Amino acid sequence: MSGNPDMQTKGALLEVDDLRVTFPTRTGVVQAVRGVSFSLGRERLGIVGESGSGKSQTGRAIMGLTPPQAEVSAKKLSFDGIDLLSVSSSQRRALRGNRIAMILQDPKYSLDPVMTIGRQIVETLRTHEKVGKAEARERALEMLRAVQIRDPARVFDLHPHEVSGGMGQRAMIAMMLIAGPELMIADEPTSALDVTVQLDVLNILDKLVAERGMGLIFISHDLRLVSSFCDRVVVMYAGKVVEQLKASELRDARHPYTRGLLNCMPRIGFERHPLPVLERKPEWAT
Amino acid sequence: MTAALSVEGLEVVFDRFRALKGVSLEVREGESYGLVGESGSGKSTLLRAITGLAPVSSGTITVNGKTLGKTRDKAFYREVQMVFQDPYGSLHPRQTVDRLLQEPLAIHGIADGEKRIERALDEVGLGNGFRFRYAHQLSGGQRQRVAIARALILEPSILLLDEPTSALDASVQAEVLNLLEEVRRRRKLTFLMVSHDLAIITHMCERLMVMQNGEAVETLTASQLIGHRVSQDYTRNLLRASEGFVRTA
Repeated sequence: MSGNPDMQTKGALLEVDDLRVTFPTRTGVVQAVRGVSFSLGRERLGIVGESGSGKSQTGRAIMGLTPPQAEVSAKKLSFDGIDLLSVSSSQRRALRGNRIAMILQDPKYSLDPVMTIGRQIVETLRTHEKVGKAEARERALEMLRAVQIRDPARVFDLHPHEVSGGMGQRAMIAMMLIAGPELMIADEPTSALDVTVQLDVLNILDKLVAERGMGLIFISHDLRLVSSFCDRVVVMYAGKVVEQLKASELRDARHPYTRGLLNCMPRIGFERHPLPVLERKPEWAT
Repeated sequence: MTAALSVEGLEVVFDRFRALKGVSLEVREGESYGLVGESGSGKSTLLRAITGLAPVSSGTITVNGKTLGKTRDKAFYREVQMVFQDPYGSLHPRQTVDRLLQEPLAIHGIADGEKRIERALDEVGLGNGFRFRYAHQLSGGQRQRVAIARALILEPSILLLDEPTSALDASVQAEVLNLLEEVRRRRKLTFLMVSHDLAIITHMCERLMVMQNGEAVETLTASQLIGHRVSQDYTRNLLRASEGFVRTA
């Protein structure tokens, strides 16, 4: 399936055509991603699917974080005209964290436990830009303020275990935004957080993405959340894209899998006993 | 109506931190009761205090008319069983499903183990084919089914459910919630269920308590919550949050 025609303008930030990720295992080859294609402008794109649908591996392949034993291939995988599959690893490293950034699910595991939050943010900045220590500190504090941390000077000197999950995730966002990326990949950025904190974090992310004109890929298993946040949604099943649609047109989703994902969640004020469950058909995977 | 489970002025203190500050609730026989609140509100601690996994410093817990002492006896665990949040952490990685299910039977010296294991596996929709598999050979949903089977095998009357679906995919969550409703109907169980998701609680429970900072904020029926007839701002915030992301212009 190809991208939405009106989004395939010349200046697409990211173009993915027929992306495949395969893992060799003892029992044969596992194809985690099997021919995924989409293009992304400066917009918010959601990738939705269950565990094992290949959504995270798609994000990781774009970021260049696929484990070394796995094989990534694609007809086209380009970011701002740069062919990501043929560039050297040092060029790739220069892109990563600088022009392409990634927010991971759980700040408890994605932040360095033995380094203060401030130092981690400064480290990111100074890896990608030549700035003095004092200026780096200033910019890190400013960034912490931008993610609505009330007392940035205090949080700067804290270790990750001393802050709450919501605060940790804000610090993670600050760290990822400090180098001013053009593409942000957020892999379940709020799944580990409380419902109320979730919305705060999404609001911050939303505002920053809009202000800075970034492209955002939002990976989640929660179709309803994604559709309230993104402009477009790609639905994945068994490593393939089964449907691609505008978030506003989600109600008219045709594929039974998309409809199943939408229907299976309990909703306040809609009594359904038992809840409709997803019927998975083998032909969706082919 | 008799109370299957009642809690009076329960206090739990860890070092100097008061995790529960005098919480009271009453769950009727056959009722499904929900606890909602953000992390750190004390909802899981309440369940753990009931099962004896958290230190109770004051207050009383009564199960089926019997007030519990400092320690829980075997008879208590025959009445009350718990299903934990994370099926990846709550099953022994080096024991087969069969071994996992035999453990509670051995502890309680139950003879007709064979039949019970078959029945429990059947009831949670796994069947005998899963009996000699290890936890790592199962998906998250299947693991949670094993955890439910393990809780059911002693034929308890009360199930404590601590976020039983929050580690699962939305689609698998629906299956597990349906399963829980079905076993509750069939075995006439009483549920005390913890979740941070208001939609799940209103789906599963008739009454609920909203908690914050170790205290009860308010007690509601599911229909009051659905009709937004709530009195506390905290509950209103939770309700708003459960409606999903709304872009502020």
